Amino acid sequence: MARYLLKRIFFMILTLFIVATVTFFLMKLMPGSPYANEAKMTLIQQHIMNEQYGLNKPVWQQYLIYIAGMLHGDFGTSFQYSNQPVSSLIGARLGVSMQLGLQALILGVVLGVIVGAIAAVKQGTWVDSTATVISIIGKSVPNFVLAVLLEYYIGLKLGLFPLAGWGQFSQTIMPTIALAVGPFAETARFTRTSMVDTLSSDYIELGKAKGLSRMEVIRKHAMRNSMIPLVTLIGPYAVALMTGSMVIENIFNIPGIGEQFVKSILTNDYPTIMGITMVYCIGLVVILLITDIIYGLIDPRIRLDESEA
Amino acid sequence: MAEEKLTLPADAFEPLPKDEAQDNENIAGPSLSFAQNVWIRFKQRKAAVISAIIVIIMIVVSFGSTPFINKSTLVKSHPQYTNLPAKVPGMSAVNGLNGKIKQNGKWVDAYAENNVPKDKYFIAGTDYLGRSLGQRIIYGTKISLIVALVATFFDLTIGVAYGIVSGWKGGGVDNVMQRIIEIISSVPNLIIVVLMLVVLKPGITSIILAIAISSWTTMARQVRAETLSLKNEEYVLAARSLGESSWKIAWKHLVPNLSSIIIIQTMYTIPTAIFFEAFLSFIGIGISAPETSLGVLLNEGQKNFQFLPYQMWYPAIVLCILMIAFNLLGDGLRDAFDPRGQR
Amino acid sequence: MPEERVLDVKNLKIDFHTYAGEVKAIRNVSFHLNKGETLAIVGESGSGKSVTTRSIIGLLARNAKIEGGEIDFHGKNLLDLPEKEMQKIRGNEISMIFQDPMTSLDPTMKIGQQIAEPLIKHKGVSKKEAWAKALDMIKAVGIPHAEERINQYPHQFSGGMRQRIVIAIALICEPEILLADEPTTALDVTVQAEILDLMKDLQKRVKTSIIFITHDLGVVAGMADRVAVMYAGEFLEFGGVDEIFYDPQHPYTWGLINSMPTLESDTLESIPGTPPNLLDPPKGDPFAPRNKYAMKIDVEKKPPFFKVSDTHYAATWLLAPGAPKVKPPVEIQRRWKKYDLMKQENKLPGVK
Repeated sequence: MARYLLKRIFFMILTLFIVATVTFFLMKLMPGSPYANEAKMTLIQQHIMNEQYGLNKPVWQQYLIYIAGMLHGDFGTSFQYSNQPVSSLIGARLGVSMQLGLQALILGVVLGVIVGAIAAVKQGTWVDSTATVISIIGKSVPNFVLAVLLEYYIGLKLGLFPLAGWGQFSQTIMPTIALAVGPFAETARFTRTSMVDTLSSDYIELGKAKGLSRMEVIRKHAMRNSMIPLVTLIGPYAVALMTGSMVIENIFNIPGIGEQFVKSILTNDYPTIMGITMVYCIGLVVILLITDIIYGLIDPRIRLDESEA
Repeated sequence: MAEEKLTLPADAFEPLPKDEAQDNENIAGPSLSFAQNVWIRFKQRKAAVISAIIVIIMIVVSFGSTPFINKSTLVKSHPQYTNLPAKVPGMSAVNGLNGKIKQNGKWVDAYAENNVPKDKYFIAGTDYLGRSLGQRIIYGTKISLIVALVATFFDLTIGVAYGIVSGWKGGGVDNVMQRIIEIISSVPNLIIVVLMLVVLKPGITSIILAIAISSWTTMARQVRAETLSLKNEEYVLAARSLGESSWKIAWKHLVPNLSSIIIIQTMYTIPTAIFFEAFLSFIGIGISAPETSLGVLLNEGQKNFQFLPYQMWYPAIVLCILMIAFNLLGDGLRDAFDPRGQR
Repeated sequence: MPEERVLDVKNLKIDFHTYAGEVKAIRNVSFHLNKGETLAIVGESGSGKSVTTRSIIGLLARNAKIEGGEIDFHGKNLLDLPEKEMQKIRGNEISMIFQDPMTSLDPTMKIGQQIAEPLIKHKGVSKKEAWAKALDMIKAVGIPHAEERINQYPHQFSGGMRQRIVIAIALICEPEILLADEPTTALDVTVQAEILDLMKDLQKRVKTSIIFITHDLGVVAGMADRVAVMYAGEFLEFGGVDEIFYDPQHPYTWGLINSMPTLESDTLESIPGTPPNLLDPPKGDPFAPRNKYAMKIDVEKKPPFFKVSDTHYAATWLLAPGAPKVKPPVEIQRRWKKYDLMKQENKLPGVK
């Protein structure tokens, strides 16, 4: 296990390294100036600024400085906010996005498991069909459309929850719902399929032959076996949540990194774009590693390598 | 057990002539080819069939509109017709479809208010520049479909080729190719798309390229997995032992079996591509005016949502129907290709 | 020897409701099970063997309909019992083991827990006691290093070992009846022999009666006291194991025995054809179409059971008074001769 872990971590770092390099050179290729009012600056002023930002050094030197800085958590300075380091820009917003993402993940997965399990147990009935329809709609309606609808009908018209901003719990409710719908639909579908599969297994039959009631069999045997594969979905969910956060934070005016990312793109703030890209990648890679480890821990077939004859 | 008194006919014990014996070795129905089997199973799933019809209709209508609705007709603005609600001939009884719109809680005839000639109908209303929303939606659907289909096509080509090579070659080559995919997968898809758009400058071609480049990994993974398992199937081993070249094997044996995976995966890739495009255009880094797509329409509609909700509802409904239809189509095809999965 | 009957199945009729129609899977089956004996039910796939045993323990598929008959156990008709009552009986008084040991166990639960489960459920013992008993069972079924292995998971055991675990689960509550649905079919031949020996051994210890389903006559010879031959949802012949093997009367039984390879055989015999379609069952002897000794009456009227001895009955018109004496295959004739010898020498164990 330890060897596997080490290999994975090494590979993780390698990946991040490659991504950082690619993004760096990509951004360097971009035309356009880092300075907000370049046209108004004289050449001398530009020269001084270049010195200050280290932009007059040869590219490979800039690259090394960048990487070195990254290892210390320094992603350079934002172009848009000329005296703010990217890392502090991100830092303030990271917690917000993480809270939103986590809430959406928990809401979506928990609800999805419940609905999926019920659909599987009541397979073939109207409960099953309804659940399937809801999942399909949830998967197909883009979350930003849903967000706008929520904002308007529930927020504005019914006035149930605050429309925008962040700080109080009530402000997190609608964005969480909008973000959670995707994972909810996917989880419901997946759980249902997984459970239906499990319920037709031989060991479930044996469970019944032992005299266990249907509920007991489901509780003691089916649930655990159906849930374990769910862990593999967390990685893709993380991606979806990161993606979704960009537009949801925008619509609800939430000060997260998603909102910042979009802003940086629209203002060509390359250091920030790079910084947030790196943050997303680091986050994803770490989550993938963690879910792999968790899966290995909870599935005894993987946890215990040796099998005696 | 007690033996009853049996009265048996006189010829009871005569041996049975051979042809009287039922021959139940006959196979009941004609044997069908793989494709025919799939078709029959597919037809049984009503939802999938309806979705297929919807998709076909949408494609036909949006592409078929090209001679009638094109950039020039769309660019023209008619300030006298701005922001009109829908007016559908024959629907004069339904508020919302008869030219009336709710203002301050009351239904007002917007057409009358704006002195629109009696015979002018806008089936889906107009936008803020007086352009027919119906026309824009049809055109927008076409653009969204073009983006999705072309991107999916590239995604398919790259992904399938990559997957087959990786799976077939195996060993070190496979290892390296898989590592590359892992690295690419470490970056969320949308980030790749966004980065590409930043570099390539927004526009239809860049979006298509960006989506294609970021999405092929899923297809490659699936194709590789299937290739790996097919590679060890006995009939492939048999073909190899008979000396068939790798290319011929790939073509004759692998492709038909892979075709189901490829087709199904494509059906799921398309809605993802449609979603990406809509998403990006919605944020403002995808397609932008004067070009139109469903995402652009949603963006514009969102701005006026409070007072003119129909401007977002109609494109939203079209988008959702498109996504639902492709998803159901994918589900139906998956079930049709693999009957072992239970209903 | 008066035999105590532990199970009595009378006129069982079961249909399966499918979209193609009603499949008459079990068409009037009657038999009994004596205490402490092993009854083997032999037949081809689809003959109804599994359905019969599943109806005893109440684990039929959802589209199964009991059209008639009763199953008497301890004075109760099992077919009439509500589900809650059946649950008390399953795993407790009547146990069942299935064919594929690789999939019969929960992959994510320790085997100790899986063995202890029925004990905890039915006898209300504490977890500690149940695990101690489970440990005993693991030793009893012949798994070495029991103290360590009780905490392991199914994937850490081979197929044969897993089937032993399944047997342990089935026998831990010392049931009166054990239903074994082809328990050794999925195992290697050598492992098969071990498992069969184990079952015989445990049967003596736990004093359980076994209904053993199989299509392998070799297994029957080693395990069974009585044999029932099943075909197309009915019994065609039943009797003591020696009677069936050495004095078979129904042409189908001849076919089965004939197809067993012996040391002298140089060709492999088989029974040509396939069993009938049970959506529209034949009204006469179901085996008639494949029966080269078939007579006109075989397709018109179903033969009743003709008595061959107190314990041996066969449903074939060949035994009717007035029926022609046919010459069975060579192998069967050989066995008949041997049977006569055994009778003369009084070597017959006296069928139980």
